[in-house]
Amino acid sequence: MIQLKINNVAIKAEEGMSVLDAAKSVGIHIPTLCHLKDLTPTGACRICVVEVEGQRNLVPSCAYPVFKGMSVETNSARVRRARKTIVELLVENHPQDCLVCVRNKNCELQDLSDKYSVREHRYVGEKKDHAIDISSASIERDPAKCILCGRCVRVCHEVQKVGAIDFTKRGFLSTVTTPYNKGINISDCILCGQCILVCPTAALREKSSMKEVAAALNDKRKFTVVQIAPAVRATLGEEYNMPPGTEVTGKLITGLRRLGFNKVFDTNFSADLTIMEEATELIHRINNNGKLPMFTSCCPGWVKYAEHNKPEILEHISTCKSPHEMEGAVLKTYYAKKMEIDPKDIFVVSIMPCTVKKYESSRSELKEESYADVDAVLTTRELTRFFKLAGIEFNDLPEDNFDDPLGESTGAAAIFGTSGGVMEAALRTAYYKLTGKELETLELEPVRGDKNIKEISIKISDMELNFAVVNGIGNIKPIIDDIQNGTSKYHFIEVMTCPGGCVNGGGQPIHQKNDKIQKRMKALYQIDSNMTYRRSHENESVKILYEEFFTEPNSYCAHEILHTKYFDRKIKRKTQI
Amino acid sequence: MNIKNGYFEKKMHEHIFKNYEAKDKSSLIPLLQDIQSIYGYLPEAALQDISDFVDMPLSRIYGVATFYNQFRLTPLGENIIRVCRGTACHVKNSSNILFAIETALNIKAGETTRDKKFTIEIVNCIGACSIAPVVTVNEDYYGRISVKDIPNILKKYSKVSKKDNLPQPEVNLA
Repeated sequence: MIQLKINNVAIKAEEGMSVLDAAKSVGIHIPTLCHLKDLTPTGACRICVVEVEGQRNLVPSCAYPVFKGMSVETNSARVRRARKTIVELLVENHPQDCLVCVRNKNCELQDLSDKYSVREHRYVGEKKDHAIDISSASIERDPAKCILCGRCVRVCHEVQKVGAIDFTKRGFLSTVTTPYNKGINISDCILCGQCILVCPTAALREKSSMKEVAAALNDKRKFTVVQIAPAVRATLGEEYNMPPGTEVTGKLITGLRRLGFNKVFDTNFSADLTIMEEATELIHRINNNGKLPMFTSCCPGWVKYAEHNKPEILEHISTCKSPHEMEGAVLKTYYAKKMEIDPKDIFVVSIMPCTVKKYESSRSELKEESYADVDAVLTTRELTRFFKLAGIEFNDLPEDNFDDPLGESTGAAAIFGTSGGVMEAALRTAYYKLTGKELETLELEPVRGDKNIKEISIKISDMELNFAVVNGIGNIKPIIDDIQNGTSKYHFIEVMTCPGGCVNGGGQPIHQKNDKIQKRMKALYQIDSNMTYRRSHENESVKILYEEFFTEPNSYCAHEILHTKYFDRKIKRKTQI
Repeated sequence: MNIKNGYFEKKMHEHIFKNYEAKDKSSLIPLLQDIQSIYGYLPEAALQDISDFVDMPLSRIYGVATFYNQFRLTPLGENIIRVCRGTACHVKNSSNILFAIETALNIKAGETTRDKKFTIEIVNCIGACSIAPVVTVNEDYYGRISVKDIPNILKKYSKVSKKDNLPQPEVNLA
């Protein structure tokens, strides 16, 4: 331990700790912009500068290690003046269109400008001017609002290990962009939206589908149906100042009804359906020497990653559609027939914690006849805006229940929104299908938690089966390498693109705190443990659906409607020099 | 074997890669320099090959290539016009000269005309401040010029074709 003084408070810090972390440990707040916990400090924004005794210049506290006997001033007049100048310069090279900005009141630059009382324009000059990149179905990139903190770049390269964007050029001309500034849709971007979660301004944001949804709600001919993803109910409360991990399912249903949706269904229903299909597919592969290990296909980010980077392993991915697409497919076939509604009049909206789902819903292969399975996807953040627009006071809403029959679900479906959840749910059903007995303990602790790769081995009849959970797409590479070298010991692998799973998806409320993810996960596990039925094969509505429509999991009809195919989307090497 | 589909270039790149260790990130800049010495610029296909070889995302390689002034992403024209934008030339209105050349050729500084005849480059000081403002075309110096001289200078070079001005591949494909 090292002794040092911060603002004349004697403190002890560990060797190698940054001044920023040391200050934080004793409750001294230093503002940051480019800093991201656990990632390489770059010291790019200089907003965290502090005065160190004996140093001629101010130093960035995020990248400056503590040393014995040092004396630090974090809020001297000189520091404050420097920080204010930095904020003023950033503000002057920014469009300053807060009134019409999607991140108004939730912007770190705005907060800093307020904190340091920037009240005049002292550095009026040339501003950078860039076109907005609207090429992708999920993410919009507005480089004019970018303050070049590089958080998105670090998350993309260091956490997700995708590397779709990076700094280009330098000085005044430098921007964060895709190779050759071609637009997100032509890059390797998997649209996971983790960059949106870390962006301090609105330089990265989701592409809004609010207009389409509002138009459908106003159209009297349309039968509007909405479905809610498992992870949304555990996070939406945060937008209304509820503590992280508050479950708001009941209020959410009422809110959606008041928006004017004809039916409010649950994606958890089709999560159960997914498990029935996926578990059956896994058993089929194990019994018939199919391609193993099998990967889950619930995460469209992972599917897009594989299509872009490793098209060779696409055969390993389960052919099941993702749950919300299954729900849409069932709505436009079974439900339409049962309720005698023309599928062309059904407008399916998914409330998702995810930005990739927007892209996924626009995929041309995910449709029944000529109607897309899901017509529009709203993220958790967009839903909040919708409620605001409709004058719905979320906190005061009464609670309500889902409509039948596509609203019933089990505990297994509830945990789909966390890393390890799909695996746990699948194992509960696969074990039963293989042995005819139920698993003794439903809580499979080894696949819970925030480890990067979680493993579990289960003895099913005379087979020892190995399972793995990949928590975050950045950890996938060694697993794929093993498969390609033929040394993989696994039979079934769950992959979720976002670290922590959908609870930390790219469409979730903006946050910078890691402990929130743990609380959100806990909320979903709580829903599961409160349920009477906790295994997907116990879902009565799913049983009826199979009896009335699909006959059995993986039947021909189920394959036509609930399964999909994948494509090689590897960016082709330019052949023309 | 389909030469049209960049087969030859790929072989050439592989030949260069032989001198370097795969997945060694520190060899990125020397690799870029080698590629540029062949083509005179960095073609997209070459960057993609380098990306696979050093195992770095294309975005990072593009970032490095655009960061350093020594790298070009567009092919060079037959004639390279260098406009000095140093202090002395600036005082002597070199910004007007640059604007006049850009307008005459209908390209911006750093770009090449569609007929691949001219490339405009900005240089920070040629070291010929006494004859400011200075423009060089290939090896020829034009000092104390005004906007009026530009058409005549350009006319001189649009006639002659200087094919040998283009850098030639130095790689032996044995």
